[in-house]
Amino acid sequence: MTTLLDIVRSVDDPELPHVTIGDLGMVRSVAIDGRIARIRITPTYTGCPATEQIRADVEAAVTEAGYEPDVAFEMAPPWSTDDISPEGRAKLHAAGIAPALPAGDGPVSLDLPVECPQCGSRRTRLTSAFGATACKALHRCDSCRQPFESFKAI
Amino acid sequence: MTADLLTHVLRQGDRALVLSHRLAQWITHAPTLEEDVALANISLDLLGQARHLFTYAGEIEGKGHDEDHFAYWRDAAEFRNPLLVEQPNGDFAVTIARQVFHDQAALLYWESMTESTDATLAALAARARNETAFHLQHSAGWLIRLGDGTDESQRRAQAGVDAMWPFTLELLGADDEGALRADGLIGGSIETAWRAAVAGTLLEAGLRTPTEAHQRAGGIHGTHSEHLEPLLEEMQQLARAHPGASW
Repeated sequence: MTTLLDIVRSVDDPELPHVTIGDLGMVRSVAIDGRIARIRITPTYTGCPATEQIRADVEAAVTEAGYEPDVAFEMAPPWSTDDISPEGRAKLHAAGIAPALPAGDGPVSLDLPVECPQCGSRRTRLTSAFGATACKALHRCDSCRQPFESFKAI
Repeated sequence: MTADLLTHVLRQGDRALVLSHRLAQWITHAPTLEEDVALANISLDLLGQARHLFTYAGEIEGKGHDEDHFAYWRDAAEFRNPLLVEQPNGDFAVTIARQVFHDQAALLYWESMTESTDATLAALAARARNETAFHLQHSAGWLIRLGDGTDESQRRAQAGVDAMWPFTLELLGADDEGALRADGLIGGSIETAWRAAVAGTLLEAGLRTPTEAHQRAGGIHGTHSEHLEPLLEEMQQLARAHPGASW
């Protein structure tokens, strides 16, 4: 049986193809109170422009499931790339985006070599700490000579 | 206390918003494509922080004002950002010097705010600290490369550091927030830690730490340089020409 939690978790991230907000670990809680569904989501970065789109998509999905959505964003505790599920990491890898290294308590040095999602080599270098979205960095693989993106450990 | 907290939150929100706008002015003008993307990303993080701070300011104020009110419907004299962040971009070295001074102060500020007794600010701080750490890695990395680069890049980096130095003292804390400090809403002074960290970065870059003379301040009390008004005019133009518009 598909639960409302499954439905919320299956909402796609608008900027990452084939990755859901459940995969990214953004869904904090789903509570049903009569007709009202209280959804708590945590944003990834404070300035992520996808946040508003995600709210609208979650509200649409919850409404379609027959509930009145009450969607709010929760800041604490902060989202971390450690919250990305194993399925999410696999999907990112398949999309050519290197999953983040473990973040632990704080930001991780960007100097650690990231594994190339194309050829698996660790002979890679960071070309820019900032990529097409707030959550990603740009790299280049010295083995297969391809550029690729990674999720920044945060 | 509420008025003090509101002023504090607006100082931080205005700092983030004004610097965000300055960095956005680099878009399509940065030295490389990667740098264009990097400055835009840092600008976006600062905008996100400002939005959260303004939303919270509206809650503290209790007059039903939203984030757009604080960004678009206040005039220069109502802004409480430190003077540093409204200074023009100059050449890339000026922007980088400004950013290193700012990012170091912001990182220490957010680190201290993770311990705040204000749950909203502490939650925002935990996230903003991690974002700011990336910003500082980026700006300090550039300053070191510029200072340790060619004669020309070193000359310009030093000129940028010297030009922005007079605006740094104001970044390191306000003199009228003692009550907030006593209540644990904000942390202690970041001045000693900031000076040590910035001196270390300048040393690594092979640049001189300027002397203390001619410090300028006033922005956090609403007395701004001539540069803020044109910036606001550009930033607020659309919202004021079409009040209430949405897209």
